[in-house]
Amino acid sequence: MFNRISTSALAAFAMLGAGAATAQTLVPSPTLDAIRTRGSLECGVHVGVPGFSFPNDKGEWSGLDVDYCRALAAAVLGDASKVKFTPTTVQQRWPVLQSGQVDLLSRNTTITFSRNASLGVNFQGINFYEGQTFIVRKASKATAAKDLDGASVCVAAGSTEEKNAADWFRERNLKVTITNFQKNDDAIAAYDAGRCDAYTAGVGALAGQRAKLKTPDEHIIMAEPISNDPQGPVTRYGDERWQAVVRWVLNGMIAAEALGVTSKNVDDMRANSKNAEVRRLLGAEGNFGAMLGLSNDWMFNAIKAVGNYGESFDRTVGSGSTLKLERGQNALWTKGGLLFTPPFQ
Amino acid sequence: MLRRLYYDARVRDLFWQIVISVGLVALTIFFVRNASQNMVNAGIASGFDFLWRSSGIDVPFVLTSYTASDNIWALFWAGVANTLFVSFLAMILATIMGFLIGLARLSSHWLLSTAAGAYVEFVRNIPLLFFVLFWYFGVIAALPQPRDSLGFFSAIFLNNRGLTVPSPMDGSVFRWALLAILLAGAAQWLVVRWAAARKARTGQDAPVIAAGLMLCLVVPVVALVIAARATGWDMPQPGRFNLRGGFVIIPEFVALLAALVTYTAGFVAEIVRGGIAAVVKGQREAAASLGLRPGQILRFVVVPQALRVMIPPMTSQYLNVLKNSSFGAAIAYPDVVSLFMGSALNNTGQAIEIIAMTLAVYLFFGLIVSALMNWYNARIALVSR
Repeated sequence: MFNRISTSALAAFAMLGAGAATAQTLVPSPTLDAIRTRGSLECGVHVGVPGFSFPNDKGEWSGLDVDYCRALAAAVLGDASKVKFTPTTVQQRWPVLQSGQVDLLSRNTTITFSRNASLGVNFQGINFYEGQTFIVRKASKATAAKDLDGASVCVAAGSTEEKNAADWFRERNLKVTITNFQKNDDAIAAYDAGRCDAYTAGVGALAGQRAKLKTPDEHIIMAEPISNDPQGPVTRYGDERWQAVVRWVLNGMIAAEALGVTSKNVDDMRANSKNAEVRRLLGAEGNFGAMLGLSNDWMFNAIKAVGNYGESFDRTVGSGSTLKLERGQNALWTKGGLLFTPPFQ
Repeated sequence: MLRRLYYDARVRDLFWQIVISVGLVALTIFFVRNASQNMVNAGIASGFDFLWRSSGIDVPFVLTSYTASDNIWALFWAGVANTLFVSFLAMILATIMGFLIGLARLSSHWLLSTAAGAYVEFVRNIPLLFFVLFWYFGVIAALPQPRDSLGFFSAIFLNNRGLTVPSPMDGSVFRWALLAILLAGAAQWLVVRWAAARKARTGQDAPVIAAGLMLCLVVPVVALVIAARATGWDMPQPGRFNLRGGFVIIPEFVALLAALVTYTAGFVAEIVRGGIAAVVKGQREAAASLGLRPGQILRFVVVPQALRVMIPPMTSQYLNVLKNSSFGAAIAYPDVVSLFMGSALNNTGQAIEIIAMTLAVYLFFGLIVSALMNWYNARIALVSR
């Protein structure tokens, strides 16, 4: 019995050795090693924005940002369920990422210059083009941000929205009182209690957070955004190979949509597609996965489990969800949107 | 020689103290250097340059001259001022309320003492955060929407955005009024001293209370009225969403103050009760047998002795108030924790510097409170003649 175990252990070591021998050309990636040893991906998500990252009553997470983490887990570990989600508030997110508690952040976080320059974090692409807007009571008859002169606005402290709103109103000489809460949910609760005339967040986030109000029908989200807030996965400085994995899994999901690869036809596409880029993406040709130190069916696994970007969008925030967001800027560049991916070549 | 030094207790103590001090300093230097090296490696900015960056954060309740276009250093002081303001008021009000409840608990009136006892037990067994949230949502829910503001003389308005009061266009006149009030206070102090000296000399009471009313009530009122008439006022006017103009006392401030006062009063009440109970019964009986009235017994015999017992625990309650004011962050009261450790920290990401500065604020003002209380304690301590 023991003999058999030690024999198989020996065999495993031999295989590992062989693997190490072929992977010798790769730069070491402590994060990937840690994920494999741990057997799960640690993903920092938002504490709760329906449609982006939100746990249901059974504690199962769902949303656009959550989907991305699942796809990443499928690409790295071959199993989309091997993700541990760490909910983070606006203020917790940076220390949690910087200290290495999570492997990446995938939560409504705006890409900004100063964050990139002074927080030691890199932004790995855009999975949602967000724009800041306001939710107000219908009774106030305000329809655009410029109508808010004299209003009180509730906001999460330390968010980009806090500064954006202050800048925007100051520039236009409008007197607006901004009350800064520690968490988004505190700010929403205060808005709902009548403390503020408006609550501000991204269009997409608001569509989800609106459901948290007592009577969502009495409120209206202003259509015109006052800012551009592109959002996407965030990693800390260092470990470039891991950063490449994070970047290219996102690119892969967008490429899959552009190339017409879906979770339903992915088997067929891998076996029969004649498109060279599809074949490289799905590992039927070349060794793209291995070049990053992953298995060759990395994107195949990711798409099989989660679907391409469009499928994920529809399911979580788009037409197949309760949020019913338009694709808008988040459509592919070929369809009038801004989503674009560099080629898999 | 060495042997003698080794066995010399003083030399040995000095030696170990030096070793431990040097070790502590070395350890601190090691941690600081290690942390800054790690931060450089992780690409996280460090240093205090961020203080001169523009803050861009709007603060709804400012006592300083801060505006969103100032730098983060100014934001820091706006936060410190708000922390000190709410803490100071809470200390005074909690002391008054606690004193009354403590005395009520000692009352021979059954209903009064039971109610006070119930309050103390209730308050001391509930977390402060609950108080803060309860007052906050309670205050907001109880107040009317801006459209239905409660107006007083069309100058002061109360709604769920706060209490809007007219604000003076020219604040300098109030500095003169404040000066007059301080002078009146000083005069009253001299009167009290003179009266005490005269009483010691001749045994006659002087009309201290009447002088006090004149100096501490009439003078301030007159000074404030004159100042108020000397400046123009920014009056609140109804606007589209809320009132425009005037100064707004935000509901977060009221809620935090109410929470701190009602919570701390429970503890103060117990300290007061304990202090009074510590005065032996014989003292009271002796005073009564000398013919003092109950009020006089309390004023001249019981309270002075009780104070000696009460001051040390009161010091720690005052320190608690200062520290507990950070609970304001939970309800968006713009104190130093909320503004500096919340907004500024998130915008700059310089956690170590910001947390160290915030810590220094609490430490510095905590030590000042302690020093003042210790000075007072020494002043009222039993003087042996």
